[in-house]
Amino acid sequence: MQRRILGRDRLIATFLAGCVLFNYPLLSVFDRPSEIFDIPMIFAYIFFAWILVIALMAWASEARSG
Amino acid sequence: MLQAPVLIAVSLLYLGLLFAVAWWGDRRADRGRSLIDSPTIYALSMAVYCTTWTFYGSVGRAAVSGIGFLPVYLGPTLVMALGWFILLKMIRIVKANRITSIADFISSRYGKSHLLGGLVTIIAVVGIVPYIALQLKAVSSTVGLLLSYPDIVMPHRSPTMPVAVDISFYIALILAAFTIVFGTRHLDATERHEGMVAAIALESGVKLVAFIAVGVFVTYGMYDGFGDIFEHLATHPELQRLASAIPSGQGYTGWFSLIVLSALAVLFLPRQFQVAVVENVNESHLRRAAWLFPLYLLLINIFVLPIALGGLMHFSGQGVDADTFVLTLPMSQRQEGLALLVFIGGLSAGTGMVIVETIALSTMVCNDLVMPLLLRHRGLALAESKDLSGLLLGIRRGAIVLILLLGYFYFRLAGEAYALVAIGLISFAAVAQFAPAIIGGMYWRGGTRGGALAGLLAGFVVWGYTLLLPSFAKSGWLPGDFLTQGLFGIDLLRPQQLFGLSGIDEISHCLFWSFLANIGAYVGVSLLRPPMVAEATQATVFVDALQETGPIGAVLWRGRAKVSDLQELVGRFLGPARAEVAFAGYARRHGGRHGDRLEADARLVQFAESLLAGAIGSASARVMVASVAKEEPLSIDEVMHILDEASQLRTYSRELERKSRELTAATLELREANERLQELDRVKDDIMSSVTHELRTPLTSIRAFSELLRDDPKMHLPDRERFLGLIVSETERLTRLINQTLDLAKIESGRADWNACELDLKEVIEQSVAATSQLFREKEAHVALDLPDNLPLILGDRDRLIQVMLNLLSNAAKFLPAGSGRVCVVLRLLADGLQVRVTDNGPGIRPQDQELIFEKFRQVGDTMTAKPAGTGLGLPISRRIVEYLGGRLWVESVPGEGATFLFTLPFAPQHEPAVGQQEQAAQGGRRG
Repeated sequence: MQRRILGRDRLIATFLAGCVLFNYPLLSVFDRPSEIFDIPMIFAYIFFAWILVIALMAWASEARSG
Repeated sequence: MLQAPVLIAVSLLYLGLLFAVAWWGDRRADRGRSLIDSPTIYALSMAVYCTTWTFYGSVGRAAVSGIGFLPVYLGPTLVMALGWFILLKMIRIVKANRITSIADFISSRYGKSHLLGGLVTIIAVVGIVPYIALQLKAVSSTVGLLLSYPDIVMPHRSPTMPVAVDISFYIALILAAFTIVFGTRHLDATERHEGMVAAIALESGVKLVAFIAVGVFVTYGMYDGFGDIFEHLATHPELQRLASAIPSGQGYTGWFSLIVLSALAVLFLPRQFQVAVVENVNESHLRRAAWLFPLYLLLINIFVLPIALGGLMHFSGQGVDADTFVLTLPMSQRQEGLALLVFIGGLSAGTGMVIVETIALSTMVCNDLVMPLLLRHRGLALAESKDLSGLLLGIRRGAIVLILLLGYFYFRLAGEAYALVAIGLISFAAVAQFAPAIIGGMYWRGGTRGGALAGLLAGFVVWGYTLLLPSFAKSGWLPGDFLTQGLFGIDLLRPQQLFGLSGIDEISHCLFWSFLANIGAYVGVSLLRPPMVAEATQATVFVDALQETGPIGAVLWRGRAKVSDLQELVGRFLGPARAEVAFAGYARRHGGRHGDRLEADARLVQFAESLLAGAIGSASARVMVASVAKEEPLSIDEVMHILDEASQLRTYSRELERKSRELTAATLELREANERLQELDRVKDDIMSSVTHELRTPLTSIRAFSELLRDDPKMHLPDRERFLGLIVSETERLTRLINQTLDLAKIESGRADWNACELDLKEVIEQSVAATSQLFREKEAHVALDLPDNLPLILGDRDRLIQVMLNLLSNAAKFLPAGSGRVCVVLRLLADGLQVRVTDNGPGIRPQDQELIFEKFRQVGDTMTAKPAGTGLGLPISRRIVEYLGGRLWVESVPGEGATFLFTLPFAPQHEPAVGQQEQAAQGGRRG
């Protein structure tokens, strides 16, 4: 029971984190004409954040140890 | 290889493959071995979200607005994090009530209302048909592009082209045939289509592979990786803004609106509802699909911007439409195979969407639009006919053909018009209007039918006024004044600056006003009056869907009905044979053997109604059941009373469950304790019996030799001496055995005497080796020592440690090969103590025996041929001693290569290495 609640809380936290990562104002911090690894900053940032959110979701849904 | 016959053959082959997969999936489902019972296939079927609007359109949008295409995929990613809650609840509700479409879902929630179901169906059809048209347009224009190969000519449709020679007309017909075969094979009480889902999942796989193939080709074939593309961008200053910033026309508000809109669309688009909720095989699939589906979206988007930028630079000034870059870039490089793969990928994206969307819409049109009308106007005639299942299937098939033809004619009419190009988001905004009624309905008991109707209607009207009509105006179908001067020239009514609201993009504008109207009307009207009986009942069914209790509807039905009437009624819509099977199954589950002994109680009525709901929708099912049963209406007070009781019951039963869980846990603990006790008892018995057995062996031989000596006084002297020697050695062994048994018993019971003091392990080892040197000399074995000086002291009992070393050394000596034996004793400093290793080159110990040898009286090896050479207590005692001193003793061995016995001992408390060295240094300093 405890474990299920923990998994649920992790998913909700991931959702909230995603909402912040994908929106203004955090987005505007990276919205500038500079490059990272030869890739425009905003492009790299969004994909990085996206991978992070998916990884967190996978962890929250698959982790059994609680 | 891109001529018309090849294209047609490949397309037909591919559709044939889909037919085969769908047929196989259906066959497996009939046999109860579901093909789609996997979270991966479930996630792939959800990817029907990605239509040609994604496959071709993402690149087109990226070419205009840079990363502005992304929020449409970020929204679904976010909502899937909550999918485990929202979708799970929807799946539970749908399964419990046999709901088959999103219209039925809303109608069922607000008291099984025909009016609501019809309204939702109309909104869905109006919002979605243009979207179907868009898919047909994409497929037919890619065919046109490929046919002009090797030139790249933007296809131009002539609006006067006869229908008979229009390839997209035939595409629409083939899709209608496919959808009919796999969407309406029979009337299922749950309306699931496993074969269709299998085909859709395959299509999702194909379109992903195709898109990534193009992405890799453009990024790494035409250019030299991501970095290279962005570097080339430096020579195209007009394109640089695409790669670096949120598009200026959209802004952060537009970005946010798109995330919200797509998050709602991925839940409430009819096709998404169909694959994610209705077609769900097992709700546990949701757990993995919740992150696999976003991963799919991520993968299909990685190469969008590189393709868009590559296309813009490559076709600079050639007038090639960015929407076609995915296809035209491979064509321009003469990659015919890749171009064909892209075409198949686009075909997958288009057909997948059309098939699922059409099935979902046709179910709605049949159950929530046509059936209610038929039941109302021809109610008597319908009631008389015996079997209506054929009629029902006919209506659905007709609806499928009609929807596809509507899509086709809209496409012919609209052509290249703005209204078609922009339809993706316009569609999303239409289905987003369902959100307040659905989400409110699942979490708020107070929502009423009136509220839902008002909300949906208001939202739909505002959507039409601020988004759909302006798109018509931009296409030239309505006068442009409508946009610039407002309706009737009233400035405040300008559709995209409604009441003067300006400064935001049109999607945000529509979303704000439509949600304000929708939510406002929904909540406002709901609060005008308390829910009626049917609304309150259904509110409980929906809001409490995740609480595991029996069907609540059955509690709230009072009246009389005849079993035969109910079965006949169900038979009329599902076919008499299927009804017979269903009722017999129900009878078996509820005790009785024969259908005629069934009682027409509330549960059975509920069962019959849910069967019907699967076929004709919940609202019509309610009407039909009411027509054959004599029902007594319940007052709202009675309903509330029953619901309160039910919820109290739930509380009690939860409490009861908790108690019973605790009880189970306690029982388990007791049983474990009991088992432990029995085990201990058994161990004690074992030891007793093995001790007596071990004692008897030497005693028997002593007695036998003594008797020989007594009975034969004339025995020769050498024999006599040999026998006496044996008696003495057996007696010694007996003594040793008794000593060790006592010793072990003392250690185990904690009564042993320990003389603990700080001591130097090296000295102990040297002493033990000296004591056993005779043993090794007899076997001609070589003993090597590796004992460093100045190691920290340990805390231990000298005599006991010598006992351990003697045990290990004599044990090693026992197993050494004669003549070539080697024993190595090593002392090492570890982080937290000292380690001693005694290695021999004997036969080694098999892995399965490596723990056994530490048990009492266990001597491993071949007991048949070799006489046990020890007492079987040496190693157990040694282990006890080492463990008592805070260390560990174990063996490592590879059979055939010898064995290493290792033990560790912790430092004496004041002699941690660092401290010890400091002390030495300090002493040295004083001495100096």
